[in-house]
Amino acid sequence: MRGAAINTDAFYDQLEELGKRLYIESQIDIPPDVRTAINAAMERESSQVARGIVNTMLRAMDISDKKQTLVCQDTGFPIFFVTIGRGFLIDGARLIDALTRGIERATVDHPLRSSIVSPITRENRQTSTGEGIPVVHIEFSNQIDYIDLLMIPKGSGSENMSFLKMLSPSDGISGVKKFVMEMTVGAAGKPCPPTIVGIGIGGTSDLCTLLAKKASIRPLGERNPDPQIAALELELLEAINATGIGPMGLGGDTTALDVHIEAAWTHITCNPVAINFQCWRGERRRAKIYADGDYEFGY
Amino acid sequence: MHIGDLVYFTGTIWGIRDATYIAMYDRKRPSPVDLAGGVLLHVAPNVRKLPNGRYEPMTVGTTTSMRMDRFTEASLRESGVRAVIGKGGLSDTSSAALKSLGGVYLAIVGGAASVETEQVEAIENVYFEDLMPECLWEFRVRDFGPLTVAMDAYGESIYRNVADTAQERLASIYAKLGIT
Repeated sequence: MRGAAINTDAFYDQLEELGKRLYIESQIDIPPDVRTAINAAMERESSQVARGIVNTMLRAMDISDKKQTLVCQDTGFPIFFVTIGRGFLIDGARLIDALTRGIERATVDHPLRSSIVSPITRENRQTSTGEGIPVVHIEFSNQIDYIDLLMIPKGSGSENMSFLKMLSPSDGISGVKKFVMEMTVGAAGKPCPPTIVGIGIGGTSDLCTLLAKKASIRPLGERNPDPQIAALELELLEAINATGIGPMGLGGDTTALDVHIEAAWTHITCNPVAINFQCWRGERRRAKIYADGDYEFGY
Repeated sequence: MHIGDLVYFTGTIWGIRDATYIAMYDRKRPSPVDLAGGVLLHVAPNVRKLPNGRYEPMTVGTTTSMRMDRFTEASLRESGVRAVIGKGGLSDTSSAALKSLGGVYLAIVGGAASVETEQVEAIENVYFEDLMPECLWEFRVRDFGPLTVAMDAYGESIYRNVADTAQERLASIYAKLGIT
């Protein structure tokens, strides 16, 4: 689509509009890789209860396609992952302002339920924004020649099941596996399984939890490029699905759609692990903005 | 009704969640309606306010029940509630309350709000509007579901059974993962 020239006033107006559209559309249109995985779960499940649940998930996506309504009532935390490619000179502060206004306008105009409150007073501005919200992660990449604007409307059922543990080096990878299994069995039906299980290994405590979040939003079907980590992803996927927790925690063969792991190197004394679940809808929507200002939508 | 049964509900259900429960059972704000024999739904909907002051449902969906677990017994004992519709399940303490006071927990499919919304015929009334969106909502629903009886009045709970199974299987899963 034709877009405004980079770093003009019109460019920031367009960013606001994109922020608004991504927040709304991410809650209506489920990514194709997630749809494929839910359909595969339908094939796999044998019990009547589990099949009925997965069938209702398929119906929910179908109804939202036809009526253009939200699939879930939880408008979640608005989270942007912005990756700026080579050759862009833009005003980062204006970018954050524009995206914030986009979230506010989506909430008021659509309208959407504002799910964001003060942690102290529980005040709700009815705009889906507040101190620190939307969460805007900005990173730079020399691998791409566009701005990647990714929106994750993160539901609270899954976000509330987020955990970090600073294990000891002597706990090893065995300790990491045990933590993942304990947290998954403990979370049971609460994060709306079948989930995408995001795991962060290594780094500092804050980096580790961010890695877990990034792992949870990786498109299904992509493996970690490190073969050892990819093998660990598959090993844990099989283990989690062997628990029998199943869709919505009512028993079945599909507790996770997949397990994704992101890793960073860590301190000689540290062995951090974090877990972040993404619910069965795996909502995400993105726009790519190119050097000439033109943009396109994706997942 | 026994665990594993599949049911649909037609009639009035009461939408309730964290702030509503806290207002009614912790802060003892008197209930504006009689909930005796009633069905609760753990919810906070997306709505649009119409010029006539009524609310139009836009997306009505179910939230995680466990956050409100400690209010199960009070809602049954003090208000006479008979059924709770939610997702993710309630604790064994709530299971005991459902058994001793006579009630069921009905599991809906979480995150499938577009299905639920089609089954809501109207928002008849809204109480505690100052708690928006965590008001006490009076919904009129038709064929609301599918709902799985996940915790029954006989003390049975699918969640407990699934957790027990998972715990039993963990030994062999840990062995396979090389966890000591």
